[in-house]
Amino acid sequence: MKTSALPLYATIAIFLIAYFLCYLQFPFMLSTRVIGNLLTDNAYLGIIAVGMTIVILSGGIDLSVGSVIAFSGVFIAVLLRDTGLHPLAVFVLLLAVTTAFGAAMGALIHGLDMPPFIVTLAGMFLARGAAYMLTIDSVPIEAPFYDFLQDLYYKMPGGGRFTLIAVIMLLAVAGGMILAHRTRFGTAVYAIGGGAHTARLMGVAVGRTTVMIYAFSGFMAGLSGIVFSIYTGSGYPLATVGTELTAIATVVIGGTLLTGGAGYVFGTLIGVLTMGLIQTYIVFDGSLSSWWTKIVIGGLLLLFILLQKGLLSVGQRQQGEAG
Amino acid sequence: MLLTVRDLTKTFPGTLALDGVRFDLRAGEVHALLGENGAGKSTLIKCLTGVHLRDRGEIKLDGTPVSPTSTLEAQELGIGTVYQEVNLLPNLTVAENLTFGRQPTRFGMVSGRRMRAMAEEMLAGYGLDHVNVSRELGSYSVAVQQIVAIARAVALSGKVLILDEPTASLDARETETLFDVVRGLRERGLGIVFISHFLDQVYDLSDRLTVLRNGKHIITAETGGMERLDLIHHMLGHELEEAEHRGVAARSRGAELLRFEGIARRGKVEPFDLTVHRGEVIGLAGLLGSGRTETADTLFGRTPPDQGTARDDTGDIDLTTPRAAIAAGFGYAPEDRKTDGIVAELSVRENIALALQARRGWARPIPRHEQKALAEDYIRRLDIRTSDAEKAVGDLSGGNQQKVVLARWLAMNPRFLILDEPTRGIDVGAHAEILRLIGELTDEGMSILLISSEFDELIAASDRVIVVRDRRHVSQLVGEEVETDRIIRAIADHAPVEGAAT
Ligand SMILES: Nc1ncnc2c1ncn2[C@@H]1O[C@H](COP(=O)(O)OP(=O)(O)OP(=O)(O)O)[C@@H](O)[C@H]1O
Ligand SMILES: [Mg+2]
Repeated sequence: MKTSALPLYATIAIFLIAYFLCYLQFPFMLSTRVIGNLLTDNAYLGIIAVGMTIVILSGGIDLSVGSVIAFSGVFIAVLLRDTGLHPLAVFVLLLAVTTAFGAAMGALIHGLDMPPFIVTLAGMFLARGAAYMLTIDSVPIEAPFYDFLQDLYYKMPGGGRFTLIAVIMLLAVAGGMILAHRTRFGTAVYAIGGGAHTARLMGVAVGRTTVMIYAFSGFMAGLSGIVFSIYTGSGYPLATVGTELTAIATVVIGGTLLTGGAGYVFGTLIGVLTMGLIQTYIVFDGSLSSWWTKIVIGGLLLLFILLQKGLLSVGQRQQGEAG
Repeated sequence: MLLTVRDLTKTFPGTLALDGVRFDLRAGEVHALLGENGAGKSTLIKCLTGVHLRDRGEIKLDGTPVSPTSTLEAQELGIGTVYQEVNLLPNLTVAENLTFGRQPTRFGMVSGRRMRAMAEEMLAGYGLDHVNVSRELGSYSVAVQQIVAIARAVALSGKVLILDEPTASLDARETETLFDVVRGLRERGLGIVFISHFLDQVYDLSDRLTVLRNGKHIITAETGGMERLDLIHHMLGHELEEAEHRGVAARSRGAELLRFEGIARRGKVEPFDLTVHRGEVIGLAGLLGSGRTETADTLFGRTPPDQGTARDDTGDIDLTTPRAAIAAGFGYAPEDRKTDGIVAELSVRENIALALQARRGWARPIPRHEQKALAEDYIRRLDIRTSDAEKAVGDLSGGNQQKVVLARWLAMNPRFLILDEPTRGIDVGAHAEILRLIGELTDEGMSILLISSEFDELIAASDRVIVVRDRRHVSQLVGEEVETDRIIRAIADHAPVEGAAT
């Protein structure tokens, strides 16, 4: 068994145990309604987390995604209000913009050999600023097409709704899994995460791959923005502040090594669901304040970082034994 | 000519690494590239394969000028390379490492099954049948990783194969396997560039050789027509001063310093006793994997012993962690310096002062001028080729990086120092320097445990030699008994001599 897969198993185990405990207390937690909501409420988070996983696997970080979601919402709302464009056309336009934005950040990171932290931090302010330039108010979206999208769901037995945006999120996860684990691009991502210098000596096209990684994250942030606008039915420049950090947390809880090179996209999905589960529990309980979410997330993060550190040293010891 | 290089020049800040070098490679030959540590061999390779951009000069492959700007482009031109530094990624599986960039795909998706089959095919003939290609590369030993890197480069080299010190972490049998593969490629008409500090291997394998010194081309000649002493003269620019034999002339034995009794670690080494005297050099001979390195790891607490005692005249010694061992005055320069020796970003001075500082505790910093004096002393004694003590270690040549690691442990001035293959990757001149230094240190009272695959080295430096086989300390040779034949016999008892190292 791969030692690097252990955090993934740990994540899955923790999620299942937590879910079971919740179920013991509130049997209703296992209903399709709760599950449907879990997926729907966290769809936008899941989508950026997939992009973030790829970025983190390569040893990078993308702090711009939260702002890009807000920008996307405003962009869509303003364009729909002020032009006669069909929402689908706006979506295409938006995805082109956010993908290009991500690619530009990737190009800067590689071309100027700058830390991703700095470049995407600048991107974060830029995207937020651009959202403000479009409007400073919350702009409702009134296109009929949006009503259509919001009503698009499959009614599961038990009354739960399997919504369009939940489907988009699961598709994004599936797409991310294929990209990361089944393509040459994915191997290149892991290679860069394992060591950019060595990857270059191995013949990895580091520059092209870096640009593609951040472009992918930008695309996912745009997609997440679309999903978020469907979810909320409006665009607001102050939305999703700090969401990039939540996304990073879900990636780490999902078992991906923060320094890059090891992890699984599927783990990120579990990380997102764990986060959603905690929130749902707090809602069910009713007496707990919502900052408990943050505390539990903080505790889980710490746990996972310690777990990975532990596994790393076990791995090294094993190598010592083999050698 | 398959490959011709003319007037190649490369400068780094403060260093003229290559100065108008010429080099050529025929199809179907093995061409050895030789020179001291820091002569410019690796730089030449890197300029050829696009890792460094050259300042000046012309490279022609099959008569057409080429200028690869990355390893990838070089690979596409048919040049496969094993660089001196770490070559592959420990976090990817063996199969991914081998097939990277050429994974079999269908509809853009990598087929895991075909990829594994391809990887297994690439590894066939290297004697790595026990390797599971689906496991992470990092879970295998450095030697296995090195062979995997070679297998990858071989598969990528349509025209030219470049091997920069490929044998530094291989044992004799693995080296022989590699040489067979290389000879096969030569038959097929590839041009092969081979860099090594093992002159035996150079004479064994190469058809022609080129010597570089201080970034300049010195000579290109047929290997067969070159006397060994002349070759060394070309490399060093002066005669080699032989380190004198120690063996019989050994000085009187010092007082007893350490006594290890029944030390063992399950699955690593069987129980052994060892008594160390002041100022003594104990050689440890044996094949790779016989328990040599395991003995050292156990004595230093890297894999703490699970039985036995260690004692000096003041009482018991704690060997449960390297830290405790260091506190007890032990030092250990491990074999795997490539991966866990240096901090590449720090300067030569900082690297040398590192272990000493750790031992003093961070509350008592070593004054900068002391650090500098220390660094300069070792730069001189080990002949570390660097523009100055403030150069980042990562920018030194491979051999000089190793000297820095060695210097770090020597600077700690331990009473008992374990050296695992201290001269691997170090040129003939510096080789003699290091042996001389071992002599000096022991005269000052340090005791040394020297692990080496090179019998000449063991014989030249050791007062006595312990032979390890199958994880057991099988015999001890003292004084006059220390000679190549006897060591080989002790190692080979009941076992074929296949592994006798060069
Ligand atoms: N990236 C770099 N930056 C600065 N100087 C460098 C760099 N790489 C190499 N050098 C310098 O260039 C010179 C030649 O180094 P090179 O690595 O080619 O030596 P080498 O012949 O391969 O030696 P070795 O046998 O030790 O591997 C050395 O003086 C080294 O310090
Ligand atoms: Mg070199």
